[in-house]
Amino acid sequence: MVNKLVFENLKHRPVRTLLSIVAIGLEVGLMLTMVGLSRGMLAESARRARGVGADIWVRAPGSAAISFSTAPMPEAMLPFFERQPHVALATGSVVHPIGGINTVSGIDLEKFGRMSGAFRYLAGGPFRGPHDILVDERYAAQRKISAGDTIQIMNRPWHVRGVVEPGKLARLVVPLRTLQNLTGTSGKLTQIFLKLDDPKRTEAVIAALKQQLPDYQIYSIEEFTSLFSVSNFEGLAEFITVVITLSVLVGFLVVFLSMYTAVLERTREIGILKSLGASSGYVLSLLLRETALLAVVGSLVGILLAYASRWAIGKLVPASLTQVIVPDWWLIAGLIALAGALLGALYPGWKAVRQDALEALSYE
Amino acid sequence: MSDAPLVRTADLGKVYHVGDVDVAALRGVDLQVAAGEFVAVVGPSGSGKSTLFHILGGLTSATSGQAVVAGHDLARMKEAERTLLRKTTVGFVFQRYNLLPTLTAGDNIAIARHIAGKARAADDGYRDVLEMLGVAHRLHHKPRALSGGEQQRIAIARAIVNHPALLLADEPTGNLDSENSTVVLNLMRDLNRRLGQTILMITHNPEAAAWAHRTIRMRDGRIVD
Repeated sequence: MVNKLVFENLKHRPVRTLLSIVAIGLEVGLMLTMVGLSRGMLAESARRARGVGADIWVRAPGSAAISFSTAPMPEAMLPFFERQPHVALATGSVVHPIGGINTVSGIDLEKFGRMSGAFRYLAGGPFRGPHDILVDERYAAQRKISAGDTIQIMNRPWHVRGVVEPGKLARLVVPLRTLQNLTGTSGKLTQIFLKLDDPKRTEAVIAALKQQLPDYQIYSIEEFTSLFSVSNFEGLAEFITVVITLSVLVGFLVVFLSMYTAVLERTREIGILKSLGASSGYVLSLLLRETALLAVVGSLVGILLAYASRWAIGKLVPASLTQVIVPDWWLIAGLIALAGALLGALYPGWKAVRQDALEALSYE
Repeated sequence: MSDAPLVRTADLGKVYHVGDVDVAALRGVDLQVAAGEFVAVVGPSGSGKSTLFHILGGLTSATSGQAVVAGHDLARMKEAERTLLRKTTVGFVFQRYNLLPTLTAGDNIAIARHIAGKARAADDGYRDVLEMLGVAHRLHHKPRALSGGEQQRIAIARAIVNHPALLLADEPTGNLDSENSTVVLNLMRDLNRRLGQTILMITHNPEAAAWAHRTIRMRDGRIVD
């Protein structure tokens, strides 16, 4: 009976109900989108790292495991690595930021191709000149670029020589020497990739390298990709927390306002229930159940919104952002929204409980 | 009709504080209503009859004196106990019907049973009462689809569905035309005669009061006749 009254009350004020559900949906959707974006972009970065085909990654002493710039390692180290037992191939790249989280990578296309199995060209082909650039399919789709176009990056024109399948190292690739010259890092590399003759020897090779290069950061591909987590990106966890807090605050305020007006609107009805002998707990449970129902339906809407945002991101900015669906967060986001909504309903609920039955009955 | 008083008040007083002014709504009311009686309370506006109604129904407390309903001393009751009184011992019929607009007529009656914790209990007399009130065929309609007379009959059904010892009716015909007023008053008299329902009815209307066994007149917070 109480559930029926709750349902009928919500049905009786469709606009208010709809607005509350949409607000909670946005709250949950925002949480799921933020978490999905963080994970998606990290997973995409890890996927592209795996796409290099290396068994071991080497980064300079003192550099962050994951960073977008600097080229502190001498390129002359490559022969050293290739002389090590079981190292079949060594190559490296220079990474240079070009705004936001976008980077361009400089590579030795021939050696990189041997390591990763070569790019798969969807249009055009490999570099022919020093100012040629390869873009991946997502970047090309987002910027509406085709092979043969000229684009501006780092304040200079580049000839788009090919559009490649995504998933290898970077979305934008240029010749190594050109990028070294343009960034004043001639003879330097940001990271070095090693391919072994037998991947099973990875741990042994790493151990041997660490003895010779104790200050360098040397990772197996599994170790390196495992670094692509929220906790390893400074500020990312805090950023997510701030967004979640803001979205909970919005949900809380909307539910507060919604339930506050509901209590005001229903003053007389609350008086009627009290005249029938409804206890404070009965009246409070009505409002809390109503709030809980709004939170549950809102959470479901939020999950749908997360799917919608993933679709929109995939259509509009596939190169810049990658969002994944995070089912393990559905319950968490739902519970956070429920807690925020119940908190928002507490004061209106308290007000309803405290309402004098006689005054409530005479409310116009 | 039993001789034991179901309702008894002694020197009942109520003072409302309006700003800095104290307004005495009841000034020593002594009243006895026997179980099974149908009593009308009449008086002009401000005579204190509604205040008496509210105190006996546990909607507000008295300032002084004693009020006992079905053995419950209202003066000693806390809010939770008054809530229990409203749930188990008294039923209300209001001038404005006071049905919940979101529920159907049937659900308006059912919620009173639910609040009383009787939602699942069998009640053979329930159907008979609905037939007697002539509302059995209107249970699936929401209040806005019912006439004033029908709404008031649903309100009466809701008030008596838990078999209260006392039915308190505050101007039950105040919003009705004469035809529907007659129907409602006739029903209340039937409830009193056939089910032995004790009724205390407040009214301005002397014609409505004439349906009761006896009439109590109030003026300036006192019973005058």
